[in-house]
Amino acid sequence: MRKSADRLFIAGALAALGVALLTLSSLLVTVLFDGLSRIDMQFLTSFPSRKPEEAGILSSLVGSIYLTGLTALIAVPLGIGSAVYLEQYAKKNWFNLLMEINIGTLAGVPSIIYGLLGLGLFVRILHFDRSLLAGSCTLALLILPIVILASREAIRTVSHDLQHGAFALGATESQVIRRVVFPLALPGILTGVILALSRAIGETAPLIAIGALTYIAFLPDSLFAPFTALPIQIFNWVSRPQPAFHENAAAGIIILLVTTLLFNAAAILIRNSLYSRSARPS
Amino acid sequence: MSVSKSNERLIQWTFALCGAVSIFVTLGIFAVLFWETFHFFQEVPLGAFLFGTKWTPLFVQKQFGILPLISGTLLIALIAMIIALPLGISIAIFLREYASSHLRRTLKPILEILAGIPTIVYGYFALLTVTPFLQKVIPELAGFNALSPGIVMGIMILPLSVSLSDDAIHAVPEHLRMGAYALGAKRLEVVFRVVLPAAMSGIVSAGILSISRAIGETMLVTIAAGMRPLLTLNPLGPVQTITAYIVQVSLGDTPTGTLEYSSIFAVATVLFLCTFFLNTIAQRLRQSFQHMYA
Repeated sequence: MRKSADRLFIAGALAALGVALLTLSSLLVTVLFDGLSRIDMQFLTSFPSRKPEEAGILSSLVGSIYLTGLTALIAVPLGIGSAVYLEQYAKKNWFNLLMEINIGTLAGVPSIIYGLLGLGLFVRILHFDRSLLAGSCTLALLILPIVILASREAIRTVSHDLQHGAFALGATESQVIRRVVFPLALPGILTGVILALSRAIGETAPLIAIGALTYIAFLPDSLFAPFTALPIQIFNWVSRPQPAFHENAAAGIIILLVTTLLFNAAAILIRNSLYSRSARPS
Repeated sequence: MSVSKSNERLIQWTFALCGAVSIFVTLGIFAVLFWETFHFFQEVPLGAFLFGTKWTPLFVQKQFGILPLISGTLLIALIAMIIALPLGISIAIFLREYASSHLRRTLKPILEILAGIPTIVYGYFALLTVTPFLQKVIPELAGFNALSPGIVMGIMILPLSVSLSDDAIHAVPEHLRMGAYALGAKRLEVVFRVVLPAAMSGIVSAGILSISRAIGETMLVTIAAGMRPLLTLNPLGPVQTITAYIVQVSLGDTPTGTLEYSSIFAVATVLFLCTFFLNTIAQRLRQSFQHMYA
């Protein structure tokens, strides 16, 4: 009786897992089936077009690369800096407590809200317009909490004995951070940064909110140039009724997924190498 | 010593400034949202906004009753929860209490792939694969509907729901389980009579965070749920969510200063306050939970 209840539960849980894995695999299969035949040099090197068979992802792919790079340039120093402050310097007072709670809260703010912040702050008030810079700043703020949380986690794993040892040898706080904490926390920080950036690559809603254009037939040549990005281009193609554009969307999705999966794989590799190193007997 | 004391100060202040940026982000969100929302409410009465049943900002006869957007948002979130919570909790229990550690280590990263896929991809999948498939089973299902993005969203937030439930279950101290086993309880009894009740506040917190995630989700519902703000709980027809409305207006060339422009900030404020409220409750529950078994 009890044994069969156990079995029933296991069957239910396995069915739940099955649903998840089936969805994942059918998603991947559908996208590959719809889009793989569309990927060729022409697709990668053409600008968008009204004719689906001539359209390509050149401007959106290049836009996404610039956007991700700039986002990293802005978010990574800020994020690591915040994490170092909170872990190494901050005393327990109301202001630092507020800062901690605040970062947790920001991590739960929907991405579209960051888009409206970007629209109000970067596009309107600072007059960046619908530029690469406005997009990168918006995405940087969006991933900032993720970078901070991951970096704090990584910094916290650095043993206090090592830091105390360095202090005992006369090192200053900043020297300890630079020579002891940072090198040891680096793999963990890198993992978090890569995961955050892979999130940024796929973000669509905030870019639409700041008014990123969908049809761009040139490559951005400055920080203030208008831009488009891969997810925006995909969205544009999905929203059209013609099936030929849906094929383009699927092909764009394959490129997007390969990129994010490569990022994720890199993060997992770094994490695993970190674990195997720390698991080694000393 | 090569680094002087004033230099140390400077370095500390640089780090503190980085930390302060996130405070400015929050202040910025409040300022931008409330400023435009303030403009909105100078023209639209609060009562008409909160209790109105018609949302027609793009018509000549403009009406700004948010209830249709709320019903659309909640309907899809509800469908997603019906999928994500039971599946998430049972998978979490299975992985923690039944599965071998090898199986757990294999399955968790695979589930995490689901969380790493951009939501625009789920939108494509819901519109072009799941909806046509469901239409074979339910012929009256419209091309744009709440059901399909709701189900897909449930799968999309499944990893979140699994990992949060797993945290809650993992935090239950081993000696509670051992005590129950010593009294002769079987595995399933331990799970349902000891582990789940002990983990309850953590699991409720997981549920609340999942809802918060669902109501803020944008591209999936924009692509697959349609753009019709109808006050309905019919999952078979089109609906519009708060987030989808923001996208709809953003895609058009709406000039600053118009009522339409400020309306996206008004609905975004509602969305922001809802998620803020839900996240705060969830965080409180989590803290009390961690405190209990610390």
